[in-house]
Order: sequence, then structure tokens, then C-alpha cells
Amino acid sequence: MNTPAKTRTARTCDAAATLVITVLGWTAIFVLIAIAGFLVHSSLRALDEVGIWSMIAGSDWFPTSSNARFGFLPAQIGSAWVTIVALSTCVPVGVFAAIYLSEFASTRFREVAKAVIEFMATIPSVVFGLIGLSVLVPLIREHLPVDSGLIGLSAGLVVGIVCLPTIISISEDALRSVPRELRQGSFALGNTRWQTAYKVVLPAASSGVFAAVMLGLGRAIGETMVVLMLAGNAGIIPTSPLEAARTMTGTIAQETGEVVRGGLHFSVLFTLGLVLFVITFVINLIADLVLERSRKKWSR
Amino acid sequence: MVTTEPAGSFDISNLSVSYGSEAALTGVSFYIEPRRVTALIGPSGCGKSTLLRCFNRMNDALDNVKVEGLIALNGSDINAKSVDSVSLRMYVGQVFQRPNPFPLSIYDNVAFGPRTQGIRKREQLDELVIDSLKKAALYDEVKNSLKKHAFELSGGQQQRLCIARALATKPGVLLMDEPCSALDPISTGMIESTVEQLKESVTIVIVTHNMQQASRISDTTAFLLRESIDEPAQLIEVTDTTTMFTQPSDQRTENYITGRFG
Repeated sequence: MNTPAKTRTARTCDAAATLVITVLGWTAIFVLIAIAGFLVHSSLRALDEVGIWSMIAGSDWFPTSSNARFGFLPAQIGSAWVTIVALSTCVPVGVFAAIYLSEFASTRFREVAKAVIEFMATIPSVVFGLIGLSVLVPLIREHLPVDSGLIGLSAGLVVGIVCLPTIISISEDALRSVPRELRQGSFALGNTRWQTAYKVVLPAASSGVFAAVMLGLGRAIGETMVVLMLAGNAGIIPTSPLEAARTMTGTIAQETGEVVRGGLHFSVLFTLGLVLFVITFVINLIADLVLERSRKKWSR
Repeated sequence: MVTTEPAGSFDISNLSVSYGSEAALTGVSFYIEPRRVTALIGPSGCGKSTLLRCFNRMNDALDNVKVEGLIALNGSDINAKSVDSVSLRMYVGQVFQRPNPFPLSIYDNVAFGPRTQGIRKREQLDELVIDSLKKAALYDEVKNSLKKHAFELSGGQQQRLCIARALATKPGVLLMDEPCSALDPISTGMIESTVEQLKESVTIVIVTHNMQQASRISDTTAFLLRESIDEPAQLIEVTDTTTMFTQPSDQRTENYITGRFG
């Protein structure tokens, strides 16, 4: 039997469409692998001449002196302080805001608030940096025993604000996906709204809230502009958030423009980028796995 | 020792419920006897669940619900200002349509209500949990795995766990909103025999779509009907179950139970 021409065309189109979609789908994965490969390739010289351990565990960062030292510890610890400050402000605020929006707020207020929060996520972080410089930094200099307001604390607080939308909106989604029947079960046992929220809804949504915190963490470590503007960027290891700090992202952003392309310093910065890439990749991977598990939990 | 509360009775007079401007239920008056099973039957949308939710004031949480008339539990108005809905709900427990265990262990699910009541002593909680699981006919199946997560139980077991959870606050009344509609016949049979035993100590009000179920387990049956879409539902007839299913006094009841509509 002859295949009608129309069917034949449809089949050809289908095959072509499948091919295009497949190629595009793989492109995303290919780009990720290419980035990793490029980072590794560009780091090879530093890995060879300096060595991974003397970078990761090295405490001195003198990239331009005659006896150059390339220790990442100042940047890693600076990043850690900024991230700790950021998370310790935005996690409680974000999670409580999410609980309020999902369990207590009226539908109308929730709609408006979610729109505002999503808009907040689109504001470039340099704007937050500017506001931090003009409002927060003078406040900190006045009220805390520090010489300058450009310290890890200032950067951390503003990075915390930058991370808030991520944490609120993902936590709120997780809380709202908890079945209504569970809340009713709790009310029927004589629990108040607040008891229901913290004894039933929050534990039920815990994996989603955890994923939100992890994504916020990834955002905080990766944030560049705010820390560049507010952290002070000193090259020493900060012993507290009250000292000037430089972060991994800040170091790369600040120095890439000034180094010789292809030189050792250039390669070291790529290694720093590689470390950052691995950290954020692992964090996002964990968040994704946990989020996937929480989705499965309620689709029984 | 926690003593079992005496079983409760409801005296409902001229009850009306409306959602916003739409009246859902009007002029309902009847008496719910203690230690008996009362079934609420009627076609979908006839206000059975709405009526049930009045008994533990679960309508409070919904916006724009207006409840008028009197519901007296053991002689006192449950909608009075002095009545706290939280303590009311500990005395009037509820089991829902779909099993809704909390994402906790079997033990913690049952201990949930008592803990809300402020019971912290280990022995007392243990005793309550075991006692409630026994009453819900689940204990033998789970006695060696009380720490297991509730989601690992089957649907029927989960529903009996929810019954145990409701019983753990020592209620005098248990409301059941189509508790078997998501279950298979064997699990349904187990829930029904549980209900049979429970009525020795607790008053049970059960909403059901299944008339065989109503005739099997209830002592009294109330038939609700919304005659047209523009009118609120009404209570057509309430009488003991045998009479209801053999010689109903109202033609509409007869039409419904013989399957002519609904």
C-alpha cells in the first residue's frame, strides 16, 4: 500500500522537529560541560605550578609581589563570613515571611506581596549595593566599634536582602503545596493556626524549605557586585564580620581586568573560579535533589 | 489516668448556614442521641458536610460563613462567646474524607492531640496511644512498628490511624465525613466494625453517600435534600434507621433511597 504524500511530509517534519529539540536540549548540558572544561583547562598552569593545596589552604594572597603567594584562604573565609551573615538574616526573615504569606495572609495580600517579591528579584544587585553604601554603611560606622563601614557585616546584610526573594518564594511554594487536609486535621484536633503552621505545615514542607535555603546559599556565595561595593576587599583573613573582607567572587571581578592574559596570576584566578563553580554546583545539586524528593512526597 | 469523657449529645434547633448571600442550609432541627451512630445522607451538595462542620465549628475558618440557630452540645450553646473552639474540637473529634495522617511516625500522629492538650509524661502518652490504636482496631497491625512513618501504612490503615488520632483526645463525639469514600471494601468493612465498637463510648455522626453503609452501621438516619438549585437544603426526615429504610414517611426520602434520583 502506498503511503499518502501528506503522511510522508508529516513524518519528515516530525523527525526534523525531534532532531532540533534533541540538539537544543543537549546544548544546555554541553554548555555546562564546556564551562567546566574551560575552567579546568585554564587552571592547569596554576594547578601545575602552584598546586591545588597551597592555593586552597594557603593563607597569603600576594599575587603581584616578586615572591608571589596565591593562598585562597582570605577569599574563602571572607566569602564564608559574608554568607554566614547573609543567611542568618535572610533565612529567619524569609521563612517567617513565607509562613505568614502561606498560612495567615489574605489571598489578596498574598497575590500583591508575591508580585512585589518577584519584582524585587529582578532588581540588579548593584542597586542594592548603592543603597547599602548610602544607608547601611554610615549607620554601621556610627553605631558599631569599627573604623569603616565597609566590612563583611555590611556586605552580608545587603546580600541577605538580595537573597530574600529566592528564599521567600520557594519556601512559600513548598508550604502551599502541603495538602489542605493536613491543616484541617490539625485544626480538628484543636490546634490554633500558629500551632498548625509550626507543628504540621512547616515539618511537612521541610525539604522544600531546606532547598530554598540551599538556593539562597548558592545565591549568597555567588553574589559579586554587592560584596565588591561593600565588603572592603582587604587581602587579609578576616577574623570576624566586623573586619574588611574580600570574597572569591570579588577577587575574580577585581583582578581579572588587571592581569596578563595567559599568565600565572590569570590561571590562578581561573582556579578560584573553578572552586566557586564546584561549590555552587554541589549546593544547587543538593537543593534540586531535595526539592525533587519533596515533590514526590505529595504525589502519592 | 485519663478518664473518658461522657458521650455527647447535640440538640439542634432551627439551624441555618449561608455562604455569603447564598443560603446553603435552612431550618434544621433534630436531636442527636449520645452513644448512637447518626448517619447524614442525601445527594451531593445537600449540605451534609456543611452541617457536620457546624458541630465542631470548622466553618469558623472559612470566610463569609454565617451560622444561625442553636446547636447545644450537652445542653450548652457551642457558638456562645465563652466557648473556645480549640477545646470544643478536642471534645468533638473529626475524621476526614481522605486519610490525612501528619508526616510523622505512627506514635507521634496519635500523640499529637494529647501533646496539644499539654500531656507530656511518657507513660501517660504511651497509654493513650496504645489505647487509641486498640480502639481504632489498628494496634495489632502496628504494635511492633510504632516508630514507622505514617505514610508507609496502606490507605485503610492510614484512615484507622486518623480515627485513633481523633480518639486520643478522649472526645465525646466523633464526626466522620465520608470516611470510607477513598477506601477499598475490605478496609471499609474494618472501619465499619470499628464504628460499631466505638459507639459504646462515643457519639458518632457520619456523613455517607453509601446507603447500604448507612443502613448497616447507623441507629438513626437523617435525610437532607436541596430540592432546587435556588433553594437552601433542608432536613426532610430524621428517624431510626430501620424505619427510614423500610417505611419512610416522606415520599422524597423513599424516592432517594430507592434510587430514583441522587
